[in-house]
Amino acid sequence: MDEIDKQIINALQDGFPICDAPYRQVATQLGLTEQDLITRLKTLLDNGVLTRFGPLYNAEQMGGALTLAAVKAPIERYDEITETINAFPEIAHNYARSHELNMWFVIATETPEQIQQTINAIERETGLTVYNMPKIKEYFVNLKLEA
Amino acid sequence: MLDDTDRKIIQATQAGLPLTPEPYQTIAEQLGLTASDVMMRLSAMQNNGIIRRIGAVPNHYKLGYRFNGMTVWNIPDEFIDELGQKVGQLKFVSHCYHRPRHPPEWMYNLFAMVHGKTQEAVDEQIQQISDLLGDYNLGCDVLYSTKILKKTGFRTTARTQEVELRMEQLPSSGKSKGSQPVTD
Repeated sequence: MDEIDKQIINALQDGFPICDAPYRQVATQLGLTEQDLITRLKTLLDNGVLTRFGPLYNAEQMGGALTLAAVKAPIERYDEITETINAFPEIAHNYARSHELNMWFVIATETPEQIQQTINAIERETGLTVYNMPKIKEYFVNLKLEA
Repeated sequence: MLDDTDRKIIQATQAGLPLTPEPYQTIAEQLGLTASDVMMRLSAMQNNGIIRRIGAVPNHYKLGYRFNGMTVWNIPDEFIDELGQKVGQLKFVSHCYHRPRHPPEWMYNLFAMVHGKTQEAVDEQIQQISDLLGDYNLGCDVLYSTKILKKTGFRTTARTQEVELRMEQLPSSGKSKGSQPVTD
């Protein structure tokens, strides 16, 4: 990754034009050729520096629902509980975290009602209390990270 | 509201935008639409918030951001909106939310994600949040992620769909990969 790659990463986190030849427009702004931009972008995606390039959809605006939830998984049952919770297709992410609440996951469903149904099922299958922490208010979301 | 054509466009772009000189034309050809129709619909979805933005999502770790912490704070409810806005405006905070407490065990109601290339950088950021909150900070903690247990795209009404992640990005293959050690 060189300075030009970094400029591309920074520029493309700010958005992308909707026009006939958007790569050419961005390339011109960066002093590159269209083909150079496309080639570098492909490399950045292939080697995983970028996880994605394209429209980022907002699940809630599409009628879906999301929540953040956590459990206190006893250490001796940690792997078993991980397996049980991960088996739910509604679990989008699951992270181990350094806290008594040591497993944090995002539940994503097609309808708001399914969130509670999923929580009930997880509680039933694990015997643990699920701490549901849906957002009450979003103050800021910005994934921009300077390269 | 979304119609079937919108949903087709969403499905066609769930893996990303084509890397062709005229990407909207490429999508249009796949779906039997015109490029101007695709562009109009994408613009409309961007304007009404279905699309947060069109752009690139970097892997935090590959850019050197190895320290990703979920900072959590106990803020009096009557001040949380004002302070949440201010914390969200700090340039190093990537996500900031008001979430419910679960007393007595979990008294934290403000969540702010921070990212740094060193532990010192993250500690400095946490100190800045703490300074900003001052006496309104009734308690805080920082939960570092120690392992990715699962990571997939979200399911939506347009079927399996990768959407903008609401939590911090950890090293990602883009697909579920089971347990993956994280060294923070």
